[in-house]
Amino acid sequence: MSGTSELEVSLWRGGETGRYHVYAVPLRQSQTVLDVVTYVQRHLDPTLAYRFACRVGVCGSCAMTVNGRPRWTCRTAVAKVAENGRIEIGPLENLPVIKDLATDMSAFFEKWRDAGGAFVPSRTRHDEIEAIAPASPARRAADAAIECINCGVCYAACDTVRWNANFLGPAALNRAWSLVNDARDGGGADRLAAVAAGGGCHACHTHQSCREHCPQALNPTASIASLKRRTALAYLRGARPRAQRDGPAK
Amino acid sequence: MNVALYIAQRASAAVMVPMIAVHIAVIFYATRHAVTAADILARTGGSLGWAAFYAAFAAAASLHGAIGIRNILAEWSPLGDRGANIAAAAFGAALFGLGLRAVAALVLP
Repeated sequence: MSGTSELEVSLWRGGETGRYHVYAVPLRQSQTVLDVVTYVQRHLDPTLAYRFACRVGVCGSCAMTVNGRPRWTCRTAVAKVAENGRIEIGPLENLPVIKDLATDMSAFFEKWRDAGGAFVPSRTRHDEIEAIAPASPARRAADAAIECINCGVCYAACDTVRWNANFLGPAALNRAWSLVNDARDGGGADRLAAVAAGGGCHACHTHQSCREHCPQALNPTASIASLKRRTALAYLRGARPRAQRDGPAK
Repeated sequence: MNVALYIAQRASAAVMVPMIAVHIAVIFYATRHAVTAADILARTGGSLGWAAFYAAFAAAASLHGAIGIRNILAEWSPLGDRGANIAAAAFGAALFGLGLRAVAALVLP
């Protein structure tokens, strides 16, 4: 990339069908992929659709496919991913494209809900706050899974999501595992029943693409493996999985 | 795959591990001692122990294989979950039937 002052940027334009358009974007020091997309929209084509909010790796809005890999674009340096002064940016895989680089993440969040992703309080505001020992095994297990920002990178990288429309996906199952380890949560049995059903944790093939691509360096595969063990033990003790959730038609 | 199928597949695999070891040990014994098919049938004929061993082996293999086939069909074929269940159940039943036929040939006169 050194020696040139411009980057050749291919951006996906259209919906489910469309094509890559090429733009020339000035190179800047410490430029991120999100900076590149923003430059195109503000200076070259204001009709470009994309999604971002915080720009600092917190909100999880700006994930896209960069040179074939799902990445959080606000924390991805152009200098690290550009190949021979070129970069290709498309929408996330495994999600319907709304327009250009913006995907419809409804299914992603619906599965998060279906996996029991919502915290179920077991106390009221009038009760004492429950003290959680930082060194307790459950707190440590929750710690390992808790920093997910719901960017959808793991979902886009997952082969099982690609093959099985009912699969809840790494992010939803990772969230479920963090709540299973939350001593304050009262939804444990329902959550285990939800993730033990068809399309739940047992559908995972352990390819570990989620762990490979997670920008937060989380390991959803390990969370899913833990859910497999926990649900299997619960089943042997008499707990039964929920009936399979209604998924999109294959 | 749900938790019940997961447990059935893992449990059938666990059952098969020692059985496979015994099966392979028998194969090695037979080849190293030049035991012919007729010799084997003479020894296994009427044996309840070998009948029970290989019938259980056939049951575990049929269950394990049928669940694996079900998962492949559900993910890779247009059958859907219901069609995959039916096809895999038929496959498992056929496999078990063939297995029992082989066991019968081993122990019945």
